[in-house]
Amino acid sequence: MDFINHQLFIKDINVHIDPILPKKTAIITHGHADHARFGHDHVIATRQTIDIMKIRYGDKCAKKFTPLRYGQKYSIKNFNFTLYPAGHILGSAQVLIEKNNHRLVITGDYKVGKDETCKNFKLVKCDTLITEATFGLPIFQHPDPKDEIQKLIRSVKINKNNCHIVGAYALGKAQRVMNLLRQQKYNETIYIHGSLEKLCQYYSKEKINIGKFEKVSSKDKSFYEGKIIIAPPSALKDRWSRRFPNPIICMASGWMTVKQRAKQQGIELPLVISDHSDWNELLDTIKKSKAKNILITHGQEDALVYYCKKQNLVSKPLSIQGRSDEEIE
Amino acid sequence: MKKFSSLLHNLILTPSRNTKIKLLQDYFKILDINRAYALAILSDQLSFQFIKASKLRELVYEQVDQHLFDYSYDYVGDLAETISLIWPTNKEGKSQNLSTLIENIKKIKKSEINKEFSKVLSELSNNERWTLIKICTGGLRIGVSERLVKTALADLYNKSINEIEEIWHGLEFPYENLFQWLKNETSKPKIDFKKLFHPMMLANPIDEEKDFKRLDANEFQAEYKWDGIRVQLMVSSNSVSLYSRTGDNISSAFPEIIETTKGDAVIDGELLVGGNFKPSGFNDLQQRLNRKKASKDLQKKFPVFIRAYDILFYKEKDLRKLSLVERRKYLEKFQKENKTNQIDLSTIINFSTWEELTKYKNNFYDDLNEGVMIKLKDSEYLPGRKRGYWYKWKKNPKLVDAILMYAQRGHGKRSSYYSDFTFGVWKENELVPIGKAYSGYTDKELLVLDKFIRNNTTNKFGPVREVKKEIILEVAFDDVFPSNRHKSGVAMRFPRIHRIRWDKPINEVISIKEFKKEFKID
Repeated sequence: MDFINHQLFIKDINVHIDPILPKKTAIITHGHADHARFGHDHVIATRQTIDIMKIRYGDKCAKKFTPLRYGQKYSIKNFNFTLYPAGHILGSAQVLIEKNNHRLVITGDYKVGKDETCKNFKLVKCDTLITEATFGLPIFQHPDPKDEIQKLIRSVKINKNNCHIVGAYALGKAQRVMNLLRQQKYNETIYIHGSLEKLCQYYSKEKINIGKFEKVSSKDKSFYEGKIIIAPPSALKDRWSRRFPNPIICMASGWMTVKQRAKQQGIELPLVISDHSDWNELLDTIKKSKAKNILITHGQEDALVYYCKKQNLVSKPLSIQGRSDEEIE
Repeated sequence: MKKFSSLLHNLILTPSRNTKIKLLQDYFKILDINRAYALAILSDQLSFQFIKASKLRELVYEQVDQHLFDYSYDYVGDLAETISLIWPTNKEGKSQNLSTLIENIKKIKKSEINKEFSKVLSELSNNERWTLIKICTGGLRIGVSERLVKTALADLYNKSINEIEEIWHGLEFPYENLFQWLKNETSKPKIDFKKLFHPMMLANPIDEEKDFKRLDANEFQAEYKWDGIRVQLMVSSNSVSLYSRTGDNISSAFPEIIETTKGDAVIDGELLVGGNFKPSGFNDLQQRLNRKKASKDLQKKFPVFIRAYDILFYKEKDLRKLSLVERRKYLEKFQKENKTNQIDLSTIINFSTWEELTKYKNNFYDDLNEGVMIKLKDSEYLPGRKRGYWYKWKKNPKLVDAILMYAQRGHGKRSSYYSDFTFGVWKENELVPIGKAYSGYTDKELLVLDKFIRNNTTNKFGPVREVKKEIILEVAFDDVFPSNRHKSGVAMRFPRIHRIRWDKPINEVISIKEFKKEFKID
C-alpha cells in the first residue's frame, strides 16, 4: 500500500485523488468543492461528477475529461481503477485501486443509508481501506431522515404565518431535502435560493424527483407565509433571509445532532439529515470490508483510530491538508 | 416527560424572548401536578443530592468505553448532552409523567442507584435523557432566567411581576397557594418575611466616563469593597442562620458566627477571614469555603468575622423601604446593643468630589479591598441588580503579558471553540504556565485565537492542544498568591484576557522571577 502517500498521491504514475491544487491527472470522487477543484489537466470521474464540475466551474475547468461508469475498469500502467457508488450525492464514487494483488479502497465521502437522489453505497472488499470520519464519534447516530423531515412538515402546518428557511448545502443536501419532502407527500412548490437553481435543474434533468421548485423573487412579503425555502447555510445569517415573513431558521445537517451546535448557529429547528455515515455505519463498513489496514481522513479521526486499534487493525489518521473539521459539505 | 423535554428543547433553541414566554405559558396552562415540578425545575429549586456529575460519569463508563466517551465529551462540551447522545437506548419504555418519574427516582435506594438509575436512562428517548440529566445536575442553562418564568406567569394570569417577586422566596413546592392566588381562587399567600432569605441588593459596575458626569457626588456615600463572600445573617431570640448570596444556608461551616451572635435582626454583610477585624486576603478565606464543617483547629487558624453593610429588619421592623442613611442608624444601634468579636461595621468614606474618591479606590489597605462601593444615600433596599442605586468601582486590574501555551475547548456557549487558554512566562529558556483564562476576549478575538490554535497545534495531550509559542496575551487579574500546587509557584485570582498583544515579540515577556518580584510574592 506504500504506492499512495498521505496526500492521496500515486507517484509512480503521477495520479492524485481529490487534489486541492491543479494536477496532471485527478480522480475526483464527487462534486463538492473540497474534493472537486478547477484547473486539472485530466479529470477522471463519473459522468455526473463531470457534469456537476462543468456546471460549477464551466466547461473548461479541465483540459480533458474521462467519464467512467460504476464498475468500469480503467488502467494506467499496472494500476487498475474502478469507481463504485458511495451513496453520498449524485455521481459520488468510491475508488478501488488494484496493484498486483493489493486492493485499496478510498471511500471518499459516503453514506450507507438509503437515498433516492443517488445510487446507493456498495460495499467493496479490500486489503486497505481509506475511510472518511466526518461523524467518527459514538454520539453520532443518525435518526431516520423521514422522521426528521416530518418535523419540518409538522412545523409548517402549525406555524401558518411563518416561513421556514432550511439551510442545506447547494449540492446534494438541498436536493435530498426536496426529495424527502416529496416522499412524505409534501406537494407544494418549494422555493430556492438563486445559487441552487442550476443544480436543481440538473437533478431534475437526471430524473431525480425533487418536484416543483421556483427561485425566490422579490414578491410581496406575505406571499412566503407558510412556504418552505431552501438556501445555502451561508445565506441564513445574511441580509437575504430578512426579507421573509417571520422566518423559522432550520438546518439539515448531521451536525444538528448536537443541540449546542444548533444553538450557536442560531438554528431554531435542527433537522438531523446527513449525507455521511454515522458512527455505527463507519464501524460496520470497516468490519465488512475485511480490510486489515485502515487509514482515516476527514474529521474526527481520533476515536475511530482508537477503536480500530482495539480491534487489532492497523490504523492511523491521514491528515489531508486544507481541510478542517466542521467545514465539510 | 415528553412534553417537558420538548419544552426545554424549544426554549434552548429559541432566541426570541416573546416566543420563550409563550412556550412557558402554554406549558403552565396544563392543570396538573407536572407544572409544579416544572416550576421547581425552571427556578432551580429541585435537585437530587445523590446524582452528581461524577456519579453520571461513573454510570456512563459502565455503558461505553471510557476513551470513546472522553473523545465525545471533548467534542460536545456539555456533559448532559454527551451522555444523552452516547447512552445506548434499549427499547423505549412507556412514556412517564414528569412527576411520576421524579418521584420514582427519589425512591431509589442509595445502594441500588447505579442499577436503577441506569435503567431509567436506558428507557428514555434521547431528548428526555438530556432533560433528566439537566434536572439532576441543576443549572439548566437554557437561556431562561427565573425572572422570565415569573414574567410568563404574571402575564398569563394578569398579575404584576412585583407581586410575584415579593412572595417568591416564601413559596414552597408544590406551590398550591401560588397557583390558587394566580387563578384568583384565594388571596395572596401570607409569608413570614423575617424567616426568609431575602434576595440581596447588588451593585452595577460604574461607567467612569458617563456616570461621573451625570451623578452628583453629594447624593452618594462610599464604602470599601471587600473581597470576601457576601452573606445574610438572620438573628432572632431562638435561632441564628447564615446564608450565601445565592440563598444557600451555610451556617454549619461557620459555627463561631452562629454561636456568638445575639439580637433580633437581618443583617447584610461580607464574611472575611482575619483576627481583630483585620482581613487577611481571599487565599485564607478559601481555606474555610466549601467545607460543610469547620474544626476547632481551622477556626483558630483562620478565624472569620462579618463586616456589616446593611440591615433589613430590626426586631419587628421591616426597614427595607427606609433610606440607606436611616437604615445605617438602625445598623449602628444593633451593633452597639449586641457587641461581639464577630461583627463590625463597614466604614463610611467621606468625600465631596469623585476625584477625591479615586485615591480611596486605589490606595487603601494595599491589596485587601477591591475598590469602593458607591451607594445612593436615599436608596431603599431593593433585591437584585437594579440600576441607578448602587455602583461598584473596582481598582484597576493588575496586568501581565504572557505567552499562549495551551488551549482547550470550552463548554456551553463556547463549546467547540478553543476558548480556555493557558499562558506562561519565562523560566530560564523554558516557559512555565502561570494561569488559565476563559473570558475577557471579544467574539472576534476568540475566532482569531481559535483559528490560530487549529492551524498551529504542535502537540496534543488528550483534549489539550499545545500551540506554537507566538501569541502574547495581556492578562488582567485581580490578585496573585503564592501556591505550591502550581509549578510556577503562583496562583492568580480571576485572570481574564485583556487583549492580544500583536505588537510584542515573545522574548520581551518577563521571567517568573521578575513576575514574582513585581507582584511581591516571595
